[in-house]
Amino acid sequence: MKVLVAVKRVVDYNVKVRVKSDNSGVDIANVKMSMNPFDEIAIEEAVRLREKGLVTEVIAVSCGVTQCQETLRTAMAIGADRAILVETTQELQPLAVAKLLKALMDKEQPGLVILGKQAIDDDCNQTGQMLAALADLPQATFASKVDVADGKAIVTREVDGGLETIAVNLPAIITTDLRLNEPRYVTLPNIMKAKKKQLDVFKPEDLGVDVAPRIKTLKVSEPAKRSAGIKVPDVATLVDKLKNVAKVI
Amino acid sequence: MTSLVIAEHDNASIKPSTLNTVAAAAAIGGDVHVLVAGHHAGAAAAAAAQIVGVSKVIHADGATLEAGLAENVATQVLAIASNYTHILFPATANGKNVAPRVAAKLDVGQISDITKVDSADTFERPIYAGNAMATVQSIDAVKVITVRTTGFDAAASTGGSATVETVAAVADSGKSSFVGREVTKNDRPELTAAKIIVSGGRALGSSEKFNEVMIPLADKLGAAIGASRAAVDAGYAANDLQVGQTGKIVAPQLYVACGISGAIQHLAGMKDSKVIVAINKDPEAPIFSVADFGLEADLFVAVPELVAAL
Repeated sequence: MKVLVAVKRVVDYNVKVRVKSDNSGVDIANVKMSMNPFDEIAIEEAVRLREKGLVTEVIAVSCGVTQCQETLRTAMAIGADRAILVETTQELQPLAVAKLLKALMDKEQPGLVILGKQAIDDDCNQTGQMLAALADLPQATFASKVDVADGKAIVTREVDGGLETIAVNLPAIITTDLRLNEPRYVTLPNIMKAKKKQLDVFKPEDLGVDVAPRIKTLKVSEPAKRSAGIKVPDVATLVDKLKNVAKVI
Repeated sequence: MTSLVIAEHDNASIKPSTLNTVAAAAAIGGDVHVLVAGHHAGAAAAAAAQIVGVSKVIHADGATLEAGLAENVATQVLAIASNYTHILFPATANGKNVAPRVAAKLDVGQISDITKVDSADTFERPIYAGNAMATVQSIDAVKVITVRTTGFDAAASTGGSATVETVAAVADSGKSSFVGREVTKNDRPELTAAKIIVSGGRALGSSEKFNEVMIPLADKLGAAIGASRAAVDAGYAANDLQVGQTGKIVAPQLYVACGISGAIQHLAGMKDSKVIVAINKDPEAPIFSVADFGLEADLFVAVPELVAAL
């Protein structure tokens, strides 16, 4: 069974982004870019499934600009066997990415697709569910534990108020939550090996997919600033302020 | 123009997040209908009919809808979707699970986590963990939306008188099944609906200390307990207590952060709280930059003192 894993190149999670002064977006020129952290967890999970002998091949996929090849090399350094880049300079929204991934599913026929639950740039949390809908397959989102056996995936999901376990027939789409696993550190030998692995490049046109955006960004602005209040010297003053000034207790 | 709100409920009652979502639908304008998809959910449907601003409740009832499986719920929504210009879900685990499935089947983009309605097709939403706000316009015929509940004041839960229409539940997809649920049991208010939240960070040092220090404070204030990602990752607190961009987004009347440094992603989850108190011994902790009242102190001393003083 093959596993397809989608990875996105995003602004590194340690970077505090700045809104451009013309309000056209955030300034991502010259900032560090990395693999979306949830996608790293997705690759790690796929590689662990291969190491357990449950899958035969892990294919990493990314959609976007040429530099996404670096992200795919990282995925292969973690352990993906090969990679596919769908290259375009156009803005890609989740529906477009889901359509591209669906086209690749048709080509590769994976038994499982694993994606991060959301990207930390647009915070959409859509692509996995959309792919499941387009492929008419079951979905197990926000996974914190995955077991694969007997043509099914038994997935524990993080939901409001606790955990939920569902069984989905394979092929299925899984999206990862933070605590599914802790991705391994990539080692230098594995980085070197990853450079030699196969990386195919397609264009959206090659896959027959219309990636035109459906949602226009009119403006990006700074969030309302919350100003710092006062420091209180002791607990008694704090209680007094909460009771008599803020009146919240 | 008519909006459909997908209710968050437990079959017996309507969850507060539904009320915020109705408020967002009301801000769009036009009629507001609510879909209650569940099993033996008559009480929830009756409660939905009481919500002010709702003109019709559609009650789909059947065993296939009991567990809230995304495949079945999405099919139920799609069965009536053609009657609506806007389909809104609360941005809860359930809402986020189902909404994109509906959007993709309708071949429309989805607008996630809206915090403000500018017009029937233009919305505001946070991006980059709340470090920027985007104003976005949908060009699709149907708008599929998830609503960040803290962005909208709840609609009144009683006083309305909507009609209730019963529809047949969809057939099972046969592709997924429910195995079990492990609900964190406690008598505290739900994190996303609590008026007061006390939240603990990595400084607590262990799960024993976390409970020993935080529980008496929560009990005294009748508060829900939250935690930072660092505390959750370290195993001091349960996963579903995590407040932050990738956890729960909360906006209580009072948020008391104990031993939380205030990483960007934590602040993104709680900075809309009305009053923020920070107790931290590090004077440079970023949490102080958003706190209304900061107390520079060792939490192991200050929190018990606070419990005694309340």
